[in-house]
Amino acid sequence: MKIGLFIPCYIDAFYPEAGIATLELLEKLGQDVEYPLDQTCCGQPMGNSGCNSDAAAAEALFVRNFARFDKIVMPSGSCTHHVRDNFDAIPQTDEVRHVRENTFELVEFLHDILKVEAFPWAEFNHTVGLHNSCGTLRALRTASMSELGEKPFSKPMDLLKKVKGIRFVTPKRPDECCGFGGTFSVTEEAISARMGVDKVRDHHDAGAEYIVSADSSCMMHQQGCAERAGVPIRFIHIAQILNGAAQ
Amino acid sequence: MSNRPVNHARAAEHFLEDAPHLKFHDERLWDMRQKRDAQMHMLPEWQELREEASRIKEHTLAQLPEYLEQFEENAKKNGIHVHWARDGAEHNRIVGDILKAHGARSLIKSKSMVTEECDMRPYLEKQGVTVTETDLGERIQQLDDQLPSHIVVPAVHKLTSDVAKIFAKDYHTDPNIRDPHLLAEAQRQAARPVILHADAGMTGGNFVVAETGTFVVCTNEGNADLSATVPNLHIATIGIERLVPRMADLGVFIRLLSRSALGSPITQYTTHFRGPQDGGEMHVVLVDNGRSHRLGMDDFWTSLKCIRCGACMNTCPVYRRSGGLSYGAVYSGPIGAIIDPTFNERKYSTLPFASTLNGSCTNVCPVKIDIHEQLYKWRRVLVQHREIPFVKREIMYMAGKLMGQPKMYRAALRATETSLESLPRFALYNWLNPWGKHRELPHPIKQTFHDWYKKNRATPAATAPESGK
Ligand code: SF4
Repeated sequence: MKIGLFIPCYIDAFYPEAGIATLELLEKLGQDVEYPLDQTCCGQPMGNSGCNSDAAAAEALFVRNFARFDKIVMPSGSCTHHVRDNFDAIPQTDEVRHVRENTFELVEFLHDILKVEAFPWAEFNHTVGLHNSCGTLRALRTASMSELGEKPFSKPMDLLKKVKGIRFVTPKRPDECCGFGGTFSVTEEAISARMGVDKVRDHHDAGAEYIVSADSSCMMHQQGCAERAGVPIRFIHIAQILNGAAQ
Repeated sequence: MSNRPVNHARAAEHFLEDAPHLKFHDERLWDMRQKRDAQMHMLPEWQELREEASRIKEHTLAQLPEYLEQFEENAKKNGIHVHWARDGAEHNRIVGDILKAHGARSLIKSKSMVTEECDMRPYLEKQGVTVTETDLGERIQQLDDQLPSHIVVPAVHKLTSDVAKIFAKDYHTDPNIRDPHLLAEAQRQAARPVILHADAGMTGGNFVVAETGTFVVCTNEGNADLSATVPNLHIATIGIERLVPRMADLGVFIRLLSRSALGSPITQYTTHFRGPQDGGEMHVVLVDNGRSHRLGMDDFWTSLKCIRCGACMNTCPVYRRSGGLSYGAVYSGPIGAIIDPTFNERKYSTLPFASTLNGSCTNVCPVKIDIHEQLYKWRRVLVQHREIPFVKREIMYMAGKLMGQPKMYRAALRATETSLESLPRFALYNWLNPWGKHRELPHPIKQTFHDWYKKNRATPAATAPESGK
């Protein structure tokens, strides 16, 4: 199985350590991974803004980069959601369909495809609160959502529980959106920031030292809010913990 | 009516500045959501009920003309006068004429979003009819001359102290009252004589049953029953989408409605109106006002399934922090954001963007409207119709182009001037500026992932420039 690694633009530019951890983790798990160098973006920002035709070039490039892989893995729920559910600015050829059907968010991939049993190298002696982005929660369905009253399940939790030393706390409103929302964070700046502050306070009040998430975009926003509001909490991508971050 | 796009962001900013109101509003509505969850957990068949409710509504909407005719025929047999109103103006005219024919000068009414849509009150008042809202929240909003901010709890954005101030002005009560019961009592004392002497009563209708020609009104205060039965003339204003085929279908909706809305198993009053009372007259005005147009919209017709429970508002993290009035429309919150643009695309063009697309609304909706997916689709429509700001469109256009060209993209990341020349940086940065108003920027890094990979993993072949294109 040849895996194509997609690193979203904001991870590439702001959180390279999350990208490196994703790659190293997949390699530790014996996977054959390649990062095509000509990648840029999945098209989500344009698609989410309604400017769907403007996403065409990015989507076409994405397919050119990834059509040759068996599976495409990315450490981002929202990008996976875009590719899987909204990637329609370009004609839906067999190639495009192959790419869309074989794109996985990292947690899904580890949990459902590789069915990883253990991360023997991973130890994290901290108290963490898990933040499921709305994309992973309600689109990819990697965890149960409170709205549906379904039997609780959580793929990210299943994985994190295999890490030595880690302790968990649950905020009061675990499923509430943190307010990032892409361009929403700029066009509705005040609400967005307020939601972010409420989110980080909720985790902090629950006793979390770290917020851990499969989405760096949410955390970029939350970190910005926490730093401005003076909420002492740290952020880490789930790939970093599973890869054995020492911090 | 002004066509200027509603500035939701600014109204929201204003709402956020008032800490006590914000806290109360957010917590009150979140509490309703929690109570709704508790009710859901008590019914193992919750998801089947939602599925069934959605199915019944879709079936009915697909055959709306037939069911409407069936209702009309059966309602007439029950002695109900049935009227058809194409739009708000026609609705108001019909109601005005009925009142005139009876020489009615005073109208008491229970809550009806459709009459808000039609802007009925000012019309009737110009005709010399005094209109009195009998629902407590709606009455507060009437006295304060504001639209309802929520479809179930119209004055939820107000604190007790706000209400005390309003009542002090109109009812001459003590402005320092902080006991909600005392305020409710003041309203009761003020409303009773008006109700007892009213010439006509008006209600809305939650459900209209085609096979029986009857309709159902669900309330918690009993004010609809007073409005409908104390005067001899009862007019019910109902949107044409409120239909269900059979009496038996009602059970599904009644079980979902109040549980979703307030988190109570059922409304205090569920009244079936089957015809005029002895010596009285009953009129039903069926209002279209854009509904048949919406029914023809492939992407948006299922919004007509809505039973107006307000659950999508209660769960919406944006609505809870901006208040219903920030939407500048009769319908606020997630459901408002997908139906308001059907009334006026330009004016409400901002509302589908006042969302993070988090999807909580869709998953609480008792009739399974894919609200957040419709928000997403509305954005596409509004862009196609050129209803989004030029700068934003331009930025997306340029970002889109850049994202299609890896070399240029890499160069732009390194901020080399050559490739950036074509970008109107000034506009771009101005537009992105708000990020830093309440948030820090991400920290600078030493090396992008891309550069790290090239250095640590890539083979020379992989780093060679793309060939053959
Ligand atoms: S859209 Fe759904 S959740 Fe919202 S008010 Fe209508 S029925 Fe209720």
